[in-house]
Amino acid sequence: MTTATTTTTNVAEAPSGSLLLTLMKLRTFIALFAVIAFFSIFAPNFLSTANLILMSKHVALNAFLAMGMTFVIITGGIDLSVGSIVGLCGMVAGGLILNGIDLQFGYTIYFNVFEVCLITLAVGIVIGAVNGLLITKLNVAPFIATLGTLYVARGFALLSSDGQTFPNLVGKPELSTTGFAFLGSGRLLGLPVSIWILIVVALAAAYVAKCIPIGRHIFAVGGNERAARMSGIRVDRVKMFVYMFSGFCAAIVGLVISSELMASHPATGNSFELNAIAAAVLGGTSMSGGRGTIGGTIIGAFVIGILSDGLVMMGISSFWQMVIKGIVIIVAVVVDQAQRRLQQQVTLMQLARKG
Amino acid sequence: MQPAQNDDCVLRLEDVTKVYSGIVAVRHANLALRRGAVNVLVGENGAGKSTLMRIIAGVEKPSLGRILLDGEEVAFHSPADAQRHGIGMVFQELNLFGNLSVAENIFATREVTRGLRGIDHRAQIDKANHFLDRLDAGIDAETLVEDLPIGQQQLVEIAKAISLDTRILILDEPTSALSAAEVDVLFKVIRELKAQGVAIIYISHRLEELMRIGDYITVLRDGQITGHAMVRDIDTKWIVRSMIGSDAKDFAKSVDHRLGEEVFRAEDICLPRRTGGLAVDHVSISVRAGEVLGIYGLMGAGRSEFFECVIGQHPHSTGRVHVGSVEVSKSDTSDRIQQGLALIPEDRQREGLVQALSIAGNLTLASLERFLRLRFHIAGERERAAIQAAIRDLSIKAPNPDFEVTSMSGGNQQKVVIGKALMTRPKVLLMDEPSRGIDVGAKADVFRTMRRLAGEGLAILFSTSDLEEVMALSDRIAVMSNGRLVTLVDRADATEEMIVSASAEGHKTTREHA
Repeated sequence: MTTATTTTTNVAEAPSGSLLLTLMKLRTFIALFAVIAFFSIFAPNFLSTANLILMSKHVALNAFLAMGMTFVIITGGIDLSVGSIVGLCGMVAGGLILNGIDLQFGYTIYFNVFEVCLITLAVGIVIGAVNGLLITKLNVAPFIATLGTLYVARGFALLSSDGQTFPNLVGKPELSTTGFAFLGSGRLLGLPVSIWILIVVALAAAYVAKCIPIGRHIFAVGGNERAARMSGIRVDRVKMFVYMFSGFCAAIVGLVISSELMASHPATGNSFELNAIAAAVLGGTSMSGGRGTIGGTIIGAFVIGILSDGLVMMGISSFWQMVIKGIVIIVAVVVDQAQRRLQQQVTLMQLARKG
Repeated sequence: MQPAQNDDCVLRLEDVTKVYSGIVAVRHANLALRRGAVNVLVGENGAGKSTLMRIIAGVEKPSLGRILLDGEEVAFHSPADAQRHGIGMVFQELNLFGNLSVAENIFATREVTRGLRGIDHRAQIDKANHFLDRLDAGIDAETLVEDLPIGQQQLVEIAKAISLDTRILILDEPTSALSAAEVDVLFKVIRELKAQGVAIIYISHRLEELMRIGDYITVLRDGQITGHAMVRDIDTKWIVRSMIGSDAKDFAKSVDHRLGEEVFRAEDICLPRRTGGLAVDHVSISVRAGEVLGIYGLMGAGRSEFFECVIGQHPHSTGRVHVGSVEVSKSDTSDRIQQGLALIPEDRQREGLVQALSIAGNLTLASLERFLRLRFHIAGERERAAIQAAIRDLSIKAPNPDFEVTSMSGGNQQKVVIGKALMTRPKVLLMDEPSRGIDVGAKADVFRTMRRLAGEGLAILFSTSDLEEVMALSDRIAVMSNGRLVTLVDRADATEEMIVSASAEGHKTTREHA
């Protein structure tokens, strides 16, 4: 009696069950297809190139955060601080371009735009590292640790300018601080630069998840932390990595937004973390850890982004938009749970029959 | 199965099967329980006794089959549901709230209230004291449970079950933590309950106890009922025969091969216990290449803790570990795995497997560095080849390595855990209860693998609480008891009596204190 024979008999016995399972597994694709179909019929100009590019730019912001969030959630954690990191990183970039670093004795250092971007990314990574250290070394629950950094980062963002906006980040040619606009509104081969960055980061993240040991380790830590430890995986290192990556993604978003607006406002990114979690969950990431894909998350981000933009185009009140978004998320998770139960039942019944 | 008179039989299980993810714990069990009698249930670890009882007590639902109470089919959805039908259970692991008093524990979920004025603590304490007095427990109902020693906590559990006015009382190894005097009291209470017509289900490993208190006996093996009789008709030999079976254990015969150099030496390993004392008490062991060392001991003897110290899971442990001629210094699991140690943990589900990953993902989890190209890229074809080789070598019955690991039976899951450890190319393999919870065929495979690996020059330390296993598989036998290494003998010199008496050695002193 081999498992192979039982599997085949089972498929033969319960074709409806496996069809249902396949449909459930493809639910994010189906949802994406459904929203696109719906809005191309009901929203005027929805399929125009200009609109599609505009929408992708909106989606990209959430997709960055959601990718970082996906890794964090796969390890069984959560990162609530990403929205604040977006705000703080925007302020760091804006402040460096506008004011530089005042050295207190009459000199001020200005960095060129490239250096500003690197410093900003480093700030995001450092905040992620703080999250990671709190969680691994000081044993703070991820929810609480990142809730703390959410407030701290937002507080520093507001302090940096006394709550004011850094306006007009054009920079001065003599300080070589010009060209910041390229990130947010530049184009390469017809596509916005932010989309290109998204493609690069997404491919890199998917590659890490699949083909690099730390990617496997992320899944193992979330699936069974104790077994991972017993297998010799350095769990703390894995956790540090995911929170730092999440901070890195948030810093990118901070840069892109302030570059798009050519201004940085300290309240930018408020509640972005919730959208990121929603996209990850919609894309099939399991909040209990161990399951999720970068591809699914990107699709999830697209579903949410297209949904909100499409509803705006149809002129539906933003209050209704919130209701609809909430329902979509709940339905996604309910279907996810149902799929898992169905799958489990199928396997258990197989074993019971065998026994 | 004997035909039982219907009026005599209070609860009947018909064709009950219970499946957990990957393992059939009970298969097609038929069981009849008689009122006013002590129904004894015996079987080795993992034979399915506890699962069967959890089904009766409403903790688990059977996957197949039905339960008849007084001839009528019932389905228990929760332990409370079973309690309403008069079924009470004392679990092997205590289920008490340490932060509450004894009285509050006894009356948990059915507090004595005075209407809107809340819980009547006075009445609860009085009633609780009444039950405790019946047990001669000498426990004050107002003390916090966590302040009581384990033996007395066990008595609280029993008092709780008695207080429920049960018709069917399940006692799962109730005497494992009791002193001889406390056991006598418990037996007195059991006889009283029996006289009142309560059906008692009694699970224990201590055969002499069963012969003393039991009326009917049912033997389980690998989830199946293999024997059923009146206790007065049988002797302990019959029990052992039904428990073990003649054909059950297919031990691979030891292949003669020369032992090599000493490759593993642990010196003075100590691990403090949180509640005081030492969980591992100055244990020193050395093993040579190609040698199989069996560590025998009862539950809580400190075998798992010793293994965990060796693999570097306990930063507070002291002592030295040598692999080959090198001392492994850092207490860090990754480091020790790289030095050539590997552990197959006792609890496969909690510590061995990542359930969300595929069979392949679990197999290579600990050894991904082996498949790297350019030091970071996992070379897919090299990994796949290694997975195929492992599946073949360990005869893992996996139709597709990309399936989830939980889709296989327990024995195959265990082989995956073993494969994962072997893929790190260890010099010393630590196996904690490698045959626990797996079926007979898989056991034979695992034992054959152990022999083959020893033949290839691996040093193997394995722990077991199965006497036959330790006698058949080891080159040398170590016995641990209460954290100490009590005996270390060559298999040729070992006798079963010697090992059994050694395994109780460490507990004698604690018994006297308790």
